[in-house]
Amino acid sequence: MASVNFIHPPDFKDIAKNKKIEQAPIPKRAILPLSQHTGAPSEPVVNAGDSVKTGSLIAQAKGFISANLHSSVSGKVLAIEESPHPGLGISKAIIIESDGQDIKASLDSVPVKDVSTLSKEEIAALIKEAGIVGLGGAAFPAFVKLNPPPAKKIDTFIINGAECEPFLTCDHRLMLERPKEIILGVQLMAKVLGVKDVIIGVEENKIDAAERLNSSIFVLKPSLGGQSLNLKVKILKTQYPQGGEKQLIKMLLNREVPSGGLPLDIGVVVNNVQTVFAVYEAVYLKKPLYERVITVSGSFSNMAKNILVRIGAPIKDVLDYCGLNQKTGLYKVIMGGPMTGVAQCDLNAPVIKGTSGILILDKKFRLKEEELECIRCSRCIEACPVGLMPCAIGLSVKKDKFDLAASYDPFDCIDCGSCSYVCPSKIPLAQLVKLAKVKIKRQ
Amino acid sequence: MNKLTVSPSPHIKSSQTTKKIMWTVVIALIPVGMAGVYIFGISSLNVMVFSVLSCIFTEALFLKFRNRDPRAVLDGSAILTGLLLAYNLPPSTPFWIPVIGGAVSIILGKQIFGGLGQNIFNPALVGRAFLQISWPVYMTTWKNPRWWPDAISSATPLAKEAGPHFTYMDLFLGNRAGCIGEVCVIALIIGALFLLVTKIISLHIPLSFIGTVGIITWIFGKDGFFKGDFIFNILAGGIILGAFFMATDYVTSPLTKKGKIIFGIGCGVLTAIIRLRGSYPEGVCYSILFMNAAVPIIDRFTKTKKYGLIKK
Repeated sequence: MASVNFIHPPDFKDIAKNKKIEQAPIPKRAILPLSQHTGAPSEPVVNAGDSVKTGSLIAQAKGFISANLHSSVSGKVLAIEESPHPGLGISKAIIIESDGQDIKASLDSVPVKDVSTLSKEEIAALIKEAGIVGLGGAAFPAFVKLNPPPAKKIDTFIINGAECEPFLTCDHRLMLERPKEIILGVQLMAKVLGVKDVIIGVEENKIDAAERLNSSIFVLKPSLGGQSLNLKVKILKTQYPQGGEKQLIKMLLNREVPSGGLPLDIGVVVNNVQTVFAVYEAVYLKKPLYERVITVSGSFSNMAKNILVRIGAPIKDVLDYCGLNQKTGLYKVIMGGPMTGVAQCDLNAPVIKGTSGILILDKKFRLKEEELECIRCSRCIEACPVGLMPCAIGLSVKKDKFDLAASYDPFDCIDCGSCSYVCPSKIPLAQLVKLAKVKIKRQ
Repeated sequence: MNKLTVSPSPHIKSSQTTKKIMWTVVIALIPVGMAGVYIFGISSLNVMVFSVLSCIFTEALFLKFRNRDPRAVLDGSAILTGLLLAYNLPPSTPFWIPVIGGAVSIILGKQIFGGLGQNIFNPALVGRAFLQISWPVYMTTWKNPRWWPDAISSATPLAKEAGPHFTYMDLFLGNRAGCIGEVCVIALIIGALFLLVTKIISLHIPLSFIGTVGIITWIFGKDGFFKGDFIFNILAGGIILGAFFMATDYVTSPLTKKGKIIFGIGCGVLTAIIRLRGSYPEGVCYSILFMNAAVPIIDRFTKTKKYGLIKK
């Protein structure tokens, strides 16, 4: 078995970690891309001019790996057209103009009854209907993860509360403020999976959140089929990228997901705390996924907030609410964390399901060091959490030797960015590895 | 609206830079240089200055020829090469020896391969090997420490005909003839500790190198098997300088920990063989150069262990 390497970037979490989650105003116009999850884009079920409520289904999952999409405002569908997308640049989206009423629609595929009497199929149906995807960032449809093929026996359910990306504190706040709901969500998902062993992994910079979760576990005594769940909170050292699914499994269970495989190949399912919270809301409150908690942080600490924001709200609206002063030295706006987030060029792009934060950086974050030649210092090798040799891949790519690059297994790369972070010659290794993947696939 | 900058992630990077690394090593070499000047006098400083200036000048010239930014001369690598070359020269050598050595180090050791990061061999050792072959007399005329009665000595402690007996303390403090930067072990260790603490180098190469020389010279002692004076062998030559400052050169050593250990052991075996059986008393320079040549093949067979390569 390989050992897992980590890096220790400054965590910048003090900026936002004490800001209570607040509700952002409902956007005047919501831009809801059809593609905001892993898998096939969803298919619109509304037309321009239709009236919708907050929570109305506006696009449905197309195929197995896909997700439903719901309106995040009540109002009128303006258009279905190409619109700015925070990750893809431009993609087709449903644009809805809010009437300001925020009239809600509920999930209705399962008859209303006491939650404890719901069967696991009914819970799964609600999760699917609610359009829940992994809210840690990858946005993999939650329903798919909870429906492993019958041949795969799942024995452990892991809740990802690591939140290892610097700056981001939304998961931290949610665990602090809604621990009971998270534990109730865990119970529901464990029931769907038929799993007794559940571990919540939390990094030690969020020890207060771990304590809240523990007291909620004590109060609620979560059970499964009458027997109590074996539900534990495990404190992990603070290191990056421990919130990566495969890294978290290794640290909690000392199991390795086979190269090219999935966690369910080794009997594990991992979900983010926010995903679990969304499951709670879908099942207990019949609420589709149309809002989520994100962190706004960065250079301007007076703008830092943790906010509950509607999916589809333009970045600009969110930043205006946080008090973005146009005159400040705005340099970069990043959707996500600083290690894997995407720098934005158009602030009309919306918050999507996978958005965990918006970072606003000033010139202090300008990377002014010039790129030099690789000096073979091997820092990238010692940083790579999957044990690759990023410099070897990077140098092969620079010489257009893609066969050689392929021999260093770029497809095991998880795009964490650690290699670029540590490189003293400031070589964009992560980008070169990504390029290797694209080029090799095309060959 | 301000213009927004777009760049690929990550958007934060560590503060460590290649330049800083080079300069940190230069700083780590300062105690050794001071010891060299203290022990052998101002002639050591002359050698160091000529060597460093020659390296910087040659580097700048070649950067210009190759249409590269001549400011790269300040990345610290040329100065480092110059210092290391000087530390591998006798203190009494005439000024043109380090000048030619510096030029050869930069040209044949570094620039013809494509400059920083591209060279196969340790540049300073290329220069030293060149000088050794071209002017063997100058390269083996040793100077005694300032406080000794005879200024000129003919041998370092390693030479088979070496006259006086040295205590371990003499060797540790540098009370002996030798190259400018190899004699004062305590200063070398201070510099090495600095590099270890600042995480510029790891112990993989130095430990395996020094350990291997120690074990072999202990087993094959002058007075019979397992009776060798391994402490003398480790302290007396250029092993400490070579193992901590030359063999650990990033560019010319293997990438992975496993590779580094193999490289260190290889250096150690070759050094011990040259010392025990060769006609030349010291083997550190050539053993490192030999192992430099083996680095590509070591790298090929010592890839890292990848996550997820488990038997299902």
